[in-house]
Amino acid sequence: MKSIKTLGLSGAAAALLANPAFAQEAPGLDEKINQTFANLTGPFVSFIFAPFPGTSFPWIVMWLVVAATVFTLYFAFVQMRFFSHAISLVKGDYSDPNDAGEVSHFQALATALSGTVGLGNIAGVAVAVGIGGPGATFWMILAGLLGMASKFTECTLGVKYRNEYEDGTVSGGPMYYMSKGFAELGLPGGKILAVLFSIFCILGALGGGNMFQANQAHQQIAGIVGDYPGWITGLVFAAVVFMVIVGGLKSIARVTEKVVPFMGVLYVATALVIIIMNADMIGWAFGQIFAGAFTGLGVAGGMVGALIQGFKRAAFSNEAGVGSAAIAHSAVRTKEPITEGFVSLLEPFIDTVVICTMTALVIIITQQLVIDPATGLYVLNEAGTAIATVDGNSGVSLTSAAFGSAFSWFPYILAIAVILFAFSTMISWSYYGLKAWTYLFGEGHTKELVFKIIFCVFVVIGAAANLGPVIDFSDAAIFAMAVVNVFALYFLMKVVRQELASYSARLKSGEIRKFAD
Amino acid sequence: MTTKIVIGLDGTETGDRAVGFAKDLASRIGSCELLVAYVIEWSPYTFQTPEENALRHKRREEEIALATSRVVEPAVEALKAAGFSARGIVRHGDVAETLNAITVENGGSQIVVGRSSADGIKKRIFGSSTQNLVMHADVPVTVVN
Repeated sequence: MKSIKTLGLSGAAAALLANPAFAQEAPGLDEKINQTFANLTGPFVSFIFAPFPGTSFPWIVMWLVVAATVFTLYFAFVQMRFFSHAISLVKGDYSDPNDAGEVSHFQALATALSGTVGLGNIAGVAVAVGIGGPGATFWMILAGLLGMASKFTECTLGVKYRNEYEDGTVSGGPMYYMSKGFAELGLPGGKILAVLFSIFCILGALGGGNMFQANQAHQQIAGIVGDYPGWITGLVFAAVVFMVIVGGLKSIARVTEKVVPFMGVLYVATALVIIIMNADMIGWAFGQIFAGAFTGLGVAGGMVGALIQGFKRAAFSNEAGVGSAAIAHSAVRTKEPITEGFVSLLEPFIDTVVICTMTALVIIITQQLVIDPATGLYVLNEAGTAIATVDGNSGVSLTSAAFGSAFSWFPYILAIAVILFAFSTMISWSYYGLKAWTYLFGEGHTKELVFKIIFCVFVVIGAAANLGPVIDFSDAAIFAMAVVNVFALYFLMKVVRQELASYSARLKSGEIRKFAD
Repeated sequence: MTTKIVIGLDGTETGDRAVGFAKDLASRIGSCELLVAYVIEWSPYTFQTPEENALRHKRREEEIALATSRVVEPAVEALKAAGFSARGIVRHGDVAETLNAITVENGGSQIVVGRSSADGIKKRIFGSSTQNLVMHADVPVTVVN
């Protein structure tokens, strides 16, 4: 959902630069702010994204992949054993008709998906394939499949330890399972972990879930209508976000929540049409994916380069292990917390295994990456950092070019999709941030209003300024959430195993059964 | 054996006419219980924001309380005052499917509804709730104009 950094001057800075009187001072001031912030946050950012010595593999990515593998083994491949059961749950086969009107499994899944499906699926995959080659797709799919177990673990706990208040509202998420779960098991430090997680969650919400999204939305709009100051986009977005989260104007949120899934389906459908149009290339494309996964096919870094890119993009895109989904899924109405865990494991599948793979296949099949006809290997660009592309595109413009090569009108649809995805991600993260905020400072109208106003202010800052270090820091904050969350999950996973054993037994004995139509 | 008639209300005056017709029917039958049902249109397959989800349980209770106090209870009270045996049911779901389900669950022998007033496009594509009920119900349906 994030982590594609854009370079270039912010609109405001560009406007100042156009005036010769400011030309000397403005960049200096801008530079100063960035520098001060970078100095303050640099060590933290460097620590989170530090590579293993002698490699370019960030340890945080390994942290997430190892966790996903541990959960996969610990729960004996729950993502495969309960995949069809998860679909039955989403269809409502096991929903009590007397609970009609409550949040359904489908609704909880759709809400969580709208927070994760976004830039990562469109731009992030293009970066992965552009640098790591088609082979990155293989590792991305593998990481997505493993990540399903992480989501299962965190979302089961999210529902199990959520707070249900007397007025019928609910609050859930890692901060609640850390404090309540650790206390239940007699473990110390749960409260400290919860506070740490909440702090990182607020920072991540303001950064990756807000500023970065606003920034990318502005880049897309400017790409269509021409360059103009970013603060204008920022103010418009902030006003709309304000109306939704402060003004309670549900209609805008509802429209977005309806259009976003439509855009997602349209995106996948278009990708499928392009793939079918090139049906004779499908075998070749999968050949490239498998060959590239184990040989690298000439990409920078070879097989390891493909692996790093694939793992990285999957982790960045589906947020498995980050803890955000546990907040989104905790509102579901169910007597069995584990059912929401099953449903949530579909999330990395849809996000990574389906949508990200579609993007990758379209880029490969439309032959955007330059291959040396003599050797069959990929040709690197001049800098040697990525594969040369037909038109020199990378990131979102590579995806856009790939789809545009089949349907010339699609880049416009894609630009609208990116803007809408950015908006829906912001709405989702405003809620995640708010939950962390209220956990730290308590629930109450004024306290919540303070956070919501801060959130809106950051929309303007994110769209107007190009604060590279701030965005680096926000990305780091989101992954810091994963450090704390996964650490807690290792201690709490036995609770999930008990739930799984009990549920499986009752499912087998017929105690849990489908409601008749 | 007591005959059970389900009356589907939608909060409009056509519902009142349905009640009137059911009363007439019940007085002819004799031993008859009237089930006054109100279905709040709801689908488990809609898209919502995280905040809406968090507040959903509370909203559901409010919706049920409102439908009960504004529509169902007054109708049940009026029926009882007129000497009929009556009780109310409020549920969320697809109107046609849920009215039919309520009838089947309670052993109802027929459903009486007012002609619905669904709006243009939706009605043309999906048909009105009344049409769907008439098409798919497991018991006879009377539509009162």
